[in-house]
Amino acid sequence: MSPRAQKWVISGPPLGYLLIFFAIPTFIMVLASFRFAGEFGGLAPLVGTGNPDELSGLTFENYQRFFEDTIYLELFLKSFIYATVTTLLCLGVAYPLALMIARSDKRWRELLVLLVILPFWSNFLIRVYAWMIILGPQSGFARAVNGVLGTFGAEPIPLLYSPIAVIIGLVYVHLPFMVLPLYVNLEKHDPALLDAAQDLGAGAWQRFWKVTFPLSLPGVYAGAALVFIPALGIFAIPDILGGTDGILIGNVIKQQFLDARDWPFGSVLSMVLTVLAILFAGLAAWVARHQRI
Amino acid sequence: MALLEIRDVTRRFGDFVAVDGVSLSIGAGEFFTLLGPSGCGKTTLLRMIAGFDQPDAGSIEIDGKNTVGVPPEERNVHTVFQSYALFPHMTVEQNVSFPLRMSKCPQAELAPRVREALEDVSLLGMEKRYPNELSGGQRQRVALARALINRPKLLLLDEPLAALDAKLKERMQLELITLQKEVGVTFIYVTHDQEEALALSHRIAVMNKGKVEQLDQPATIYGFPKNRFVADFIGECNLLDCTVSAVTDGTMILDVEQLGRVVASGANGTTAGTKGALALRPEKVSIARELTAESCVNRFNGRIFDYLYTGDVTLYIVEVDNGRRVEVMLPNNAVGRSSKFFEPGDAVQIGWRDDAGSFLPD
Repeated sequence: MSPRAQKWVISGPPLGYLLIFFAIPTFIMVLASFRFAGEFGGLAPLVGTGNPDELSGLTFENYQRFFEDTIYLELFLKSFIYATVTTLLCLGVAYPLALMIARSDKRWRELLVLLVILPFWSNFLIRVYAWMIILGPQSGFARAVNGVLGTFGAEPIPLLYSPIAVIIGLVYVHLPFMVLPLYVNLEKHDPALLDAAQDLGAGAWQRFWKVTFPLSLPGVYAGAALVFIPALGIFAIPDILGGTDGILIGNVIKQQFLDARDWPFGSVLSMVLTVLAILFAGLAAWVARHQRI
Repeated sequence: MALLEIRDVTRRFGDFVAVDGVSLSIGAGEFFTLLGPSGCGKTTLLRMIAGFDQPDAGSIEIDGKNTVGVPPEERNVHTVFQSYALFPHMTVEQNVSFPLRMSKCPQAELAPRVREALEDVSLLGMEKRYPNELSGGQRQRVALARALINRPKLLLLDEPLAALDAKLKERMQLELITLQKEVGVTFIYVTHDQEEALALSHRIAVMNKGKVEQLDQPATIYGFPKNRFVADFIGECNLLDCTVSAVTDGTMILDVEQLGRVVASGANGTTAGTKGALALRPEKVSIARELTAESCVNRFNGRIFDYLYTGDVTLYIVEVDNGRRVEVMLPNNAVGRSSKFFEPGDAVQIGWRDDAGSFLPD
């Protein structure tokens, strides 16, 4: 077999897979975003039947609608803020955890990593519903929180169906995606570097900020991308934990497709979301590449 | 007063005694080497001096101050690690200025001092490079410049040349000697390479199984090893098992197994009947078809058993008539292929002076 043919044999199946399950659906969605909505939902035909009352062909109307009403941009901004807060909180919680696992005895490391991914073994929705119980007004946790607030003279706050509940859910669900890339990075660090830093006069805090953290940045970027991008488009968690005001852009997209049955406009929102996600992934990759490790 | 005073330091890891009651006194400006096979405790001792490890017993004083509980970052002692441990995300300049930045050195002083430090190790012009853009020798120099920039009292070097090839190693050895003289900092050097230790050091402590076997200047260590371990570990050495049969006027008559009677000077209170070994360096043994030198009071006839040609010298293994094999070194200094070049099976005479070897009582 010629080397050229070998190359195709090897790269053919994954290329075909990407073509069928990524490129073509994306193209269909791009096309859908320029089409009219069908009379009973779905899409209007591309080629008209000759009846002037029936919609057909392509249009920019859907994109016009997106930019005319600021509510969609506001929702994107809100989703962006939620995703950012989620990413930062995940980083804050995951970093010490990953560092602890990376520096623990070799015997324990694999077990600890297993514990981090253990939640994946139970259904995502069940785990989110579990938070409904934990955050619900009758739960011990909610009572404890409000009890503490009460001693400071503050009004009791509802935990469930609030931005706090959504953020807790988002952080909880995405935490392993931050822990794992961080752990993989931190585990590779040469302990001699920390010895050298200490030997040369760096205290514990300086050792962390001058050596460990800068060296872990590729892990931070990878984790941030893995948390931020899915958090940007998620709908299940705000649906379950967010209440009426809790919706994010993912919920609107879901509504357009399933409730309003306005596929073209849903496609527009999806397109904007996809472009934003690609931009952020590209940004993370660019920053990571220009960071020396 | 000594700069570094180590008193009866012991360090155990479980049942294993890594360092066993070591006492050393190291003066300012000294180039001191801890030499020994791997696992002899030299690195453990070094880590305790640096502060990464604490002795279970005994004390380490630097400049008259006990170091118990003083963490590495607060000791005026820097280490050059075997792997160099350069920070991969920092340029040469940032690596070298790291100790200054940690000690809150004024910003304006950084650049000139980094320049000076890089000049010391001939690395000017490499400021903006990253460690992965440097050769092994250059990384070694960066590590040295970084460790020396704020003039520590002590510089600890943990097998720093182990990763370099032979030629570069030799050059770096010469540079280390020059550098140490220039900066005047006390160097404590850890190595398992006896040639390196002999070439570099003012004094050497030969360590084995956590203990110091001998502490002396290189020439003394090599020429007058105190015991079998030192004699065997440092350089090539014939260790001839023997018994002292008579002592007269500071001269011993040794009865060497499978060889015969050997005259050796320097009895030093040894009495007849003492068992031990005669340590005899191969280069101190003469070899010829017929020995002419009068001074070789010990003479034996034998045959060449085998030889090892190493370019500058040839190491002959001579089997004497009584069966003992003795290693003899002969410099290949004759022009052309002389009659001195023996082949296996050739009949030869070997001999040495009475003061050529040293007797090591068991």
